[in-house]
Amino acid sequence: MTPLIGGIGFITPWVLLAGLGLPVLWMILRATPPAPVRRFFPAVVLLLGLKDRESVADRTPLWLLLLRIAAIAAVIIGLAGPVLNPAPVADGNRPLLILRDGGWAAAPTWQTRQDRSSQALDAASLRGRQVAVVTLASVDATAITFDAAKNWPSQVATAVPAPRLPNADDIAAWLAAQDASVGFDTLWISDGLVHEARDAVAAFLRGQGTVNVFEPTKNTVALRPVTFDGVDISVAAIRSDAALPATYRVNASGTDPAGRTAVLGQYDIAFATGETEAAVTFSIQSELRNRLTHFSIEGHPSTGAVTVLDGQAKRRSIALIGGAATGEALRLLDPLHYLRAALSPSSDLITSDLAVALTANPDVVVLADVARLTGDEAALRRWVEEGGVLLRFAGPRLAASAADLDDTALLPVRLRAGGRDLGGAMSWGAPKTLAPFAPNSPFAGLTVPEDIAVVSQVLAEPSPELAARTLAALSDGTPLVTRRDLGQGQVILFHVTANAEWSNLPLTGLFVDMLDRLSIAPRGVPPSDDDIAAQTWQPQQFLNGFGTRVAADAAAGIDGPTLLDQITTGRAAFGTYVAEGREIAINAMGATDTLAAMDWPAWVPVARQSQTTERAFGGAFIAAAIALMMVDIFASLWAAGRLRGAATMAVAVIAVATSGDLRADDTRILEATNNVVLAYVETGDVAVDTSSRAGLYGLGVTLFRRTAVEPIDPIAIDPETDELSVYPFIYWPVVATAPVPSRAAYGKLNAYLRGGGMILFDTRDDGLFGADGLSPERRHLQRIALGLDIPPLMPVPRDHVLTRSYYLLQEFPGRYSGGTLWVEATRPSTETGTGDALRNQNDGVSPVVMGGGDWAAAWAMDDQRRPLYAVGRGFAGERQREIALRFGVNLIMHVFTGNYKTDQVHVPELLERLGE
Amino acid sequence: MISARGMRHGAADAAARLPALLAAAEPLAASMVLGAHGRRRSGHGEEFWQYRPAVDGDEARAIDWRRSAQSDVSYVREREWQTAQNVQIWTDRSQSMGFDSHGLSKGDRAAILSLALAMVLVRGGERVGLLGHDCPPKTGGDQIVKIAACLAEINDASYGVPHPDGVRRGAQMVMISDFLGDLDVVQSALAHAMDHGVRGALVQVLDPAETSFPFTGRSIFEARAAGHRFETHKASALREDYVARLGERQDVLADMAQSAGWAFSTHITDQPPQPILVWLHTVLSQRGTL
Repeated sequence: MTPLIGGIGFITPWVLLAGLGLPVLWMILRATPPAPVRRFFPAVVLLLGLKDRESVADRTPLWLLLLRIAAIAAVIIGLAGPVLNPAPVADGNRPLLILRDGGWAAAPTWQTRQDRSSQALDAASLRGRQVAVVTLASVDATAITFDAAKNWPSQVATAVPAPRLPNADDIAAWLAAQDASVGFDTLWISDGLVHEARDAVAAFLRGQGTVNVFEPTKNTVALRPVTFDGVDISVAAIRSDAALPATYRVNASGTDPAGRTAVLGQYDIAFATGETEAAVTFSIQSELRNRLTHFSIEGHPSTGAVTVLDGQAKRRSIALIGGAATGEALRLLDPLHYLRAALSPSSDLITSDLAVALTANPDVVVLADVARLTGDEAALRRWVEEGGVLLRFAGPRLAASAADLDDTALLPVRLRAGGRDLGGAMSWGAPKTLAPFAPNSPFAGLTVPEDIAVVSQVLAEPSPELAARTLAALSDGTPLVTRRDLGQGQVILFHVTANAEWSNLPLTGLFVDMLDRLSIAPRGVPPSDDDIAAQTWQPQQFLNGFGTRVAADAAAGIDGPTLLDQITTGRAAFGTYVAEGREIAINAMGATDTLAAMDWPAWVPVARQSQTTERAFGGAFIAAAIALMMVDIFASLWAAGRLRGAATMAVAVIAVATSGDLRADDTRILEATNNVVLAYVETGDVAVDTSSRAGLYGLGVTLFRRTAVEPIDPIAIDPETDELSVYPFIYWPVVATAPVPSRAAYGKLNAYLRGGGMILFDTRDDGLFGADGLSPERRHLQRIALGLDIPPLMPVPRDHVLTRSYYLLQEFPGRYSGGTLWVEATRPSTETGTGDALRNQNDGVSPVVMGGGDWAAAWAMDDQRRPLYAVGRGFAGERQREIALRFGVNLIMHVFTGNYKTDQVHVPELLERLGE
Repeated sequence: MISARGMRHGAADAAARLPALLAAAEPLAASMVLGAHGRRRSGHGEEFWQYRPAVDGDEARAIDWRRSAQSDVSYVREREWQTAQNVQIWTDRSQSMGFDSHGLSKGDRAAILSLALAMVLVRGGERVGLLGHDCPPKTGGDQIVKIAACLAEINDASYGVPHPDGVRRGAQMVMISDFLGDLDVVQSALAHAMDHGVRGALVQVLDPAETSFPFTGRSIFEARAAGHRFETHKASALREDYVARLGERQDVLADMAQSAGWAFSTHITDQPPQPILVWLHTVLSQRGTL
């Protein structure tokens, strides 16, 4: 197929040869005059013997001839399959493989790739080629299966980028599964990044047929994990194409005080020419810093351009409270010295007395050898219960007063008085070292240095909870660290001093690690592999291909070794994971990862931009031909003098076709305005609609018999198309499969409700779900009600006007009883003391009544006015049906009379006045 | 030979037309307000005319005693002279009258016109009959129904042939037709009527398409039953000749009527029927001693 003129080509050009027949057709058409009209004409006797003045036969008029030739020509051209901008494809009949990288690197230009895929599918569809679409980022070891092009667009249209990059091992497995002898052409929609398997894939494809690469962008940008250095935060970005200088804006996002995700800061990262790495360092208020959740590159929605933060980013404020001033103690003996040294790099320290420190609302309060909290104990307890972490260290004073401290004290365990000395001058034993940490301890996995020696400790009273509260123990099993949850917070006790007096623990790196594990002093470095392997991790959030964070609601926990294996092989799902209160983040890019652009071999044609779209417009020609032929029908009739009847008929047909509905609609509205009509919403479910119709018929019969309301037959309405304002009452059975009304319909419904109409929503499920269950119908009702202008609702109160608008009722059963009936909540007012339902109702009718009693089924009657559906059993059931009908009567009375009947409560008063 | 079934079908067809015919004719007849008018002289009749003093020769039983008792003279009560005229209508219900270009055929209009005329005349006390059918002149409501039943029948002839055979001496006659057939039969009918001392009116009922000839293009005109067929390539070119020929024919008809002492008028079916009805009634009133 070659483009002919102006970029127009033909799929089947040989059809155009039929155009050679046109001149012959011309001659034939020209020689054939229009057929004569036969007319019955009694006065023909007057004509007999007359002669035509023009002896030449009447010919087809020229313009009619041209019209017909144009119609035939349009058919020929249409069948030849004209195509605008035809794609230059050498061999149009081989299968086509659309190979998409499909990883996150493709996400920023995803739409372009989608368009290119659809375009290739359309082109293949035009030529009837077989197509297969393969996404490298999610391949498995299966052979390519080709299918008709028309079966692919739905799959392609819904594809989203995978939150990973193509994996070399997977691709190798995929390649191994292919049959090398198929033979197909390939359109490779590439993300432009180098990866290990790419050359192997290219070689394989080259062996099958031609390969075209579509690569909308050469450049990919990503963020490396954020590093913290004290107060400084450093964000590094990398890119794959260093050809041009570029500046990217990094958004620091976190939760705002209302809990929504917001951009808390924006920083620019500038790349110079030739640079593939650049970083920006900044500091940020610790208030804001603690709220940071992730960084992202603006305008580059991809997993790689987002780096999520874990708990490491948090900078905690810690209140350090020492014992009573010890005068001029040596600095190294200061109980707080080592703590200060360990915590100050990563935390904001508060050193003041407890009462003042608590007002600053610190994250952690450290009490070093403080036994008595005179006066502040209640405040401290409240603070802990609200989520604070209280970290206590033992010491001589705590040991001395341990006997006086009872269960109410802010300690994890009860302590024995005095403590004990180990390996001192006055004791037999040697200093104790630490036992290895239990696997379920938060310290699990930490290495215990050989040289740790504990010479003194406070001892816990044995109790059933002691083992559960022990986080670390000495080699003889006595607890060293204990913890107890209190409210939302926790109390942790180190059974040694915070200085080097009782042990050398504070001097070791283990002490810092322990504080880190307790999330008291995160160090700003990622957890080690051992840390990860030691625990089971619960996914919190995942990043999708576009870099959006998605809550990992139902994801199962992953045990440490598995997660570690996934991380090392690059298969872990990116996001955040939590274990034991510690949070880790797994990001697409590691701290040393780089990106490199793919340099394609010379034999591969690489397209950067989308091609001009190939567009078939044969259909337009055929349509034009049909239109011309329609014109020809009328033109021929006109030329032959027979148009009048035909035109009249056509006009009549059109008029009937267009006016039929209008007239029907008008009659409906006329009927509804001249009578009382109960309406129901047609759901499309035949059973439900039948029940609604019979129900309203039955209710109408009952109203007719018992009241002055005399409705005619009920009417089915569709809120989308029908005028609602003429119906005083609409029964709306909720069907879970029915569509939610359109915006226009909502407008009409809201106008209807404002104008005093009433809708009874019936979920028809009290029998199945009881009063509180959430059935599909109720969920659907929630969806419907979202767009409706519905006031606050409440269960119908005992003195609501519905209970006495005609009959005195206390319950409102339908086919099912016991459900809750919801009506508009009465607005509280203090003006009258006459009962809730009377307050301030503005004579309004509750615009909606909701329930699940399936009232229509209870009301339903057949033509003989016999009930249609069973209600309850025996006499009780008949009684229930009667009450249901009475509820219906009350409801309609309520619709028509408003709160008229509520005035009944005033009757005693009015009678009294009359008596006077 | 007409099968029994065909007859029944035709009868049912005619019966279906009958009420419509009556319904269409009644308002038309009602628009003519006429009374049973007298001869303006005394004679045999039912209506009171005058009292006159009794003269010799009057029979004693002719004296109106009640009037005479009021004075000394004897009076005779005279009645107005009333005699019913015979009016006989011939209505052409042949195939040619079935032509219509706008929804009302010439035949139907002719039937309505005839029936309305009959109603008016019957109301005026005249005797009306239908020529060509077994329907001698009579008066009364039953006669109207009978005339209507006869008018509902359509015959198979391509052009109508007047039936002057049953005409009564001294009667008045009305012929309603399109007069597109052979004019000789009309001429002979007129002659026959003159022989019997019958005078009357000719009404030519035409369709608007027959007067204006609005056709164009290639056409074949045919009158099936008569076997006439005429083809033209350009109907519009024939219009002038056609109109001229129609005019000639109308002139011939007018001449024939005049020489026989008859009246002639033309009625186009897209025009209201009242004027022609009034014209007919006037003609009949003047010509006869109606």
